[in-house]
Amino acid sequence: MSTLQLAFYLAFKEIWRNRGRFFLVSLVIALITLLVLFIAALGEGLANGNKQYISNLDAQFIVFLEKSDYIISSSRIESSTVRAIRRVDAVDAAGPIYTSVTEIVSTAKPLKVSLLAAEPGQPGTPGVITGRAYRGGDSREAVIDRNIALRTGIQVGDEIRIRSVQGTDDQFFNLKVVGLTEGQSYLFQPTIFVAPSSWEHIRPQSAADQQDDTPFANIVAVRLRPGVSAESARRDLLARVQSIEIADINTTIANIPGYSAQQSTVQTQAFFTLLIGILVIGGFFQIQVLQKVPQIGVLKAIGSSNASVGAASVIQIVVITALGVTIGGAFTYLFSLGFPPSIPLVFNGARSLLAILALTLIGPAGGLVSVIYAIRIEPLKALRLQ
Amino acid sequence: MTQPVLEVRDLVKTFTLDGSPINAIDHVSFQVHAGEFLAVVGPSGSGKTTLLSILAALLTPTSGHVFIDGQELSQMNERQRVRLRRSRIGFTFQSNNLIPYLTARENVEFMLRLNGLRGRNGRARPDELLGRLGLADRLHNLPAQLSGGEQQRVAIARALIHDPALVLADEPTAALDTQRAFQVVETFASLIHEQNRTGIMVTHDLRMCKYVDRVIQMRDGQIAREYTTREEIESLTQSVR
Repeated sequence: MSTLQLAFYLAFKEIWRNRGRFFLVSLVIALITLLVLFIAALGEGLANGNKQYISNLDAQFIVFLEKSDYIISSSRIESSTVRAIRRVDAVDAAGPIYTSVTEIVSTAKPLKVSLLAAEPGQPGTPGVITGRAYRGGDSREAVIDRNIALRTGIQVGDEIRIRSVQGTDDQFFNLKVVGLTEGQSYLFQPTIFVAPSSWEHIRPQSAADQQDDTPFANIVAVRLRPGVSAESARRDLLARVQSIEIADINTTIANIPGYSAQQSTVQTQAFFTLLIGILVIGGFFQIQVLQKVPQIGVLKAIGSSNASVGAASVIQIVVITALGVTIGGAFTYLFSLGFPPSIPLVFNGARSLLAILALTLIGPAGGLVSVIYAIRIEPLKALRLQ
Repeated sequence: MTQPVLEVRDLVKTFTLDGSPINAIDHVSFQVHAGEFLAVVGPSGSGKTTLLSILAALLTPTSGHVFIDGQELSQMNERQRVRLRRSRIGFTFQSNNLIPYLTARENVEFMLRLNGLRGRNGRARPDELLGRLGLADRLHNLPAQLSGGEQQRVAIARALIHDPALVLADEPTAALDTQRAFQVVETFASLIHEQNRTGIMVTHDLRMCKYVDRVIQMRDGQIAREYTTREEIESLTQSVR
């Protein structure tokens, strides 16, 4: 019998004959898995809630007002600037994007939403999954995020009423929902999209803003012509358009207020959960090896090689970890079915896969010390000699 | 005279205790032939277990030579020593003898698995040997479900199943009551003689020597006396009654 066959034999016999104990360890790993996957899903969900609209833009660059530090709310782009951007040869399309927040009050419970505007057909316009796109001009038509529809029951064709502070007064505006979009969350809020002219009238604004009918975009999403180098396009834009700064999509996302801090918080939680997992699993296997010192001594004394003893330990660790991660994954899936759409949990991301990979590795990582210890046990232990 | 299965020549094992060298084994020489069952007796600290550890290729001597089946242990690397222990030596220990998660049959069978012999012998041989040791109805019991005497008998079966040249027993009766202890050693001795193996038993219980062919009495790492005749051995065992 080969070393590996012998290791499998010993590992599985021990697991089977002590299945209650090993199953309990698997359950501990399952709980760690549940926690890590939820943190990963929360991280993915929070990240999406913050950045989804920006990351889904059909654009390579975002143009900001100079010295706005790539912060969308600090940037105000004039119409003349938008026109200047469009005149640059490398630019295929440039869509001004207008951002604000408002509240839908026609629902049973008022719902805060991001109020975004983009010119129809330009970068920044959301893709419609049901219904149609809104028309330009002051059409008072809106495309709403599917998340709003799920949470409130609003459907295409319904009219919604929004509250907007104009100067010091609350004013109410009606919008007709003409379409649904999805994956457009921005600043943790579901979004409603309207045409820029409608946006300028219904957005919350100060008394000073009310004197000016010219809408100022916050940013401009720029789509480059195919084959144009991003670096040369950036140089052209900066040379030909005054008072702007340019960021790519990732830089724009990283500068969303709170985004980086939030993500590092979530990642730190995930890291410490994994670390605790490694210590718990490592501790269990170490205690187990300590309890088995005489038995491992006998195995070696009667002729088992270090390789077979070590491999048996590794196989046990891998099997128990894999079982725990599988159970934990199943638990996570079952729990996720019961969560309402308002909780930002997203399980289908690279982050979840990374978490599963990390979880699969924590067993061997945690148990490494115990494996080394098992290999170093002297067969003399079987004969009571130290 | 046939070549001895085990030959020990001028064996020395020195340990250092508080900076001072102590000879746990001090120039010991003896031979054991096939079909011979030898007991090594002596008080605690006389060097019995150290000697057994060297014979089992678990401990390297400071000087001297040990030959098993003509192969000198000091010429072997660790891998060869493991192979020797697996194929040419059978063991029983005082305690923690059996693998706790393997049944009686699986514990015995394990030696065949280690030596790649299971295919040839299947389960028939372990079952037959365990049956001869009175354990036919305990094949599927785990060690924890067996009495101390039954565990030792399983260990004896495991020590003999792969046809080793040398069978080493370290205090096999230490955890047993007197009646069980006699039964175990008697069974052990009869199998050693019947199968023409070479057996060495370390024991502190002189009464167990009644079943052996020769006794080496150790004191301070040296062979203090050797009992070779039946009369001498009888007188030794009776001295403790």
